[in-house]
Amino acid sequence: MSQGKVVVAMSGGVDSSVVAALLQQQGYQVSGMMLRLWSEPGREASNRCCTPESMAIARRVAGQLGIPFYAVNAQESFRNIVVQSFLDGYAAGGTPNPCLACNRQIRWEFLLERALALGADYLATGHYVRLQRQPGQPVRLFEAKDQHKDQSYVLHVLNQAKLKHALFPLGDMTKGKVRQIAADLNLPAATSKESQDLCFLAGQDYRDFLERHQPQLSQPGPITDRAGHKLGEHTGLAHYTIGQRKGLGIPAAQPLYVLAKDTANNTLVVGFEDELGGRSLLTGPVNWLSGAAPQTPFEAEVKIRYSARKAAGWVTPLPDGGAQVDFAQPLRDITPGQAAVFYVNGEVLGGGLIAQPSPQSHPANPLAIAVE
Amino acid sequence: MSARQWTYLDHAATTPLDPRVLQAMLPYFNEDYGNPASVHSYGQRAEAAVEAARANLAAQLHCAPHELVFTSGGTESNNLALRGAALAARQQRGARHLLVSPVEHDAVAKTARALAEQFDFELEWLPVDGFGRVDPADVARRLRPETALVSVILGNNEIGSLNPLAEIGAICRERGIPLHSDAVQAAAHLPIDAASLQVDLLTISAHKFYGPKGIGALYVRQGAPLLPQQIGGSHEEGRRAGTLNVPLIVGMAKALELIQNEMEEQGQRLRSLRDELIQGVLNAIPDAQLTGHPRERLANHASFVFEDVDGNALLMLLDDAGFACSSGSACKTANPEPSQVLLALGLTPQWALGSLRVTLGKDSTPEQVQALLSALPALVARARQLELA
Repeated sequence: MSQGKVVVAMSGGVDSSVVAALLQQQGYQVSGMMLRLWSEPGREASNRCCTPESMAIARRVAGQLGIPFYAVNAQESFRNIVVQSFLDGYAAGGTPNPCLACNRQIRWEFLLERALALGADYLATGHYVRLQRQPGQPVRLFEAKDQHKDQSYVLHVLNQAKLKHALFPLGDMTKGKVRQIAADLNLPAATSKESQDLCFLAGQDYRDFLERHQPQLSQPGPITDRAGHKLGEHTGLAHYTIGQRKGLGIPAAQPLYVLAKDTANNTLVVGFEDELGGRSLLTGPVNWLSGAAPQTPFEAEVKIRYSARKAAGWVTPLPDGGAQVDFAQPLRDITPGQAAVFYVNGEVLGGGLIAQPSPQSHPANPLAIAVE
Repeated sequence: MSARQWTYLDHAATTPLDPRVLQAMLPYFNEDYGNPASVHSYGQRAEAAVEAARANLAAQLHCAPHELVFTSGGTESNNLALRGAALAARQQRGARHLLVSPVEHDAVAKTARALAEQFDFELEWLPVDGFGRVDPADVARRLRPETALVSVILGNNEIGSLNPLAEIGAICRERGIPLHSDAVQAAAHLPIDAASLQVDLLTISAHKFYGPKGIGALYVRQGAPLLPQQIGGSHEEGRRAGTLNVPLIVGMAKALELIQNEMEEQGQRLRSLRDELIQGVLNAIPDAQLTGHPRERLANHASFVFEDVDGNALLMLLDDAGFACSSGSACKTANPEPSQVLLALGLTPQWALGSLRVTLGKDSTPEQVQALLSALPALVARARQLELA
């Protein structure tokens, strides 16, 4: 008996191919879809998410499994939403994570819409996360069993309407097990190595990309300390990241670090190591996966970038829809534009983008320690 | 997927092999398997089969047997025709002007472009009307003494329109300029009379008329200059080297004979089904247009554009509903360009990206057409709800 109809978001990679095979074995009626994403003209062949090679492999996997396979053109939406938010984020002085926008608006909106139009009950991906479904309860999202592969950080953007249709069959598996299944089934897989680079950069340095698309971020300007004293010249704000130490070209008794990028004044703000980061942060609007914000502050583990360790702290939902996070220990790489994601016992409760620091906005917090 | 009811409505892409054709081919795989170029009796039997097939094809196409060159299919025939004739005209009379319709299959259009880019030919595109048809007067106006070759498709693969080839042929013949026509789609639906069409070169491909894939022919009029493009043995009078594919040649001849004999009866049936389909779609679906000529079109061919529809998404929805159709912009890697043919008709990309081609065949039934007409309006509506890429 069919378990229902499911569309698998395929990539030609081993994870999504194994997802398709597993769901078929479990009795689902499976179709494959693969997104065609945007690359700069002339660089399409290097977009690691959808090279002609990876699409050919996904097609071969589908052929081997005997499931329908459809390539879906999302180039314009990807350019308008994901790439634009990346450019806008940098222009605002932040360090955006475009995978968040892609998961929210391309995979789990554009593609989900097409899966549902095909009459599917579910959209499945090869993400390493776990779901818990109980009748009458919101669907709950948990970290993967294999912590090294956990991808729950980028899926904190999902809501109940999307989670209702989501399947993540790999959440309980290790990567090794997935590779083993692929080998046992003789599934073709891409030879290229997995990469953490942004797909649309297609192998180029993000600074070159920014230079072409946000040229104002490549204009030289002053380097100052927090007090505004000019210490030197920078070559363009796009060339620096928060916490960067090397390449500032300023002689100083102690090493200097990039503290902030003031895009309004094209100024790079630097300081000593102990000025980096802080003990608290504010987020923009939080996506609470259950659909409702908790009424009271709660203790949580908070992840402030994809590859960061979780850090213990208190999360206080704010009336404006954002949240304040106060960490038990100061963190040095709090980066505006990245997401802060809140976990309790391995469950993703919500998350929001880290806002630009503005000290006046949270003076009442007794735990916060002034950055300066 | 086994539980699904499948309806194949993409006969312009390819057709199922006629079982009678399969029977005709079978002995030449492992009984009479000789190489027609061999001296011994095995070779002689194979050669006899090839020459009987050639004579049969020549009778169907109203030409002499030695005017047919066997190739691997439509693409190779078109390449051989354009490259072979253009380069010969350059060599013999210094001609370097190519006159090509803008509604050609890529096998012609891109070969013409390659000749312009790599061999310095001057490529001129003919104008077409809103149905994608070439006006013979436009050919007459643009012909020059140094025109190397004219190429105009007989029946268009994307929009089904038929070109007035005999009139174009008369003009070219009078001016002494060679004319090529891609008749890959037309051969299944029109009597092909190479003599009265007054073409010098004409392309056919077996799998479009219930024959096997991988075999085609190029008609080369006696005396028409042609430089071979594949060099090797002296097969095909030096015009195309390579061991002849005996079973496929036998199959192509049998298939053309069958389709040409059944054409009158099938043609009437298909035309009436086609017109029912076209009327049904235009009546039931808002913001829909027929592409190509309403009457001067291939008997099995219905093609449409729908405003604000992602043609690829529509094909996906149709396939999921069990209907195998095609689209001018369809692309298996979802990197659609609006079809050059549809743009040449003057359609905006907003319309051109939402194209649908439904091509009927011998096995198509009125029930299948009705089933498609019942399903399509809702599928187009659903495709329109999807955010456009």
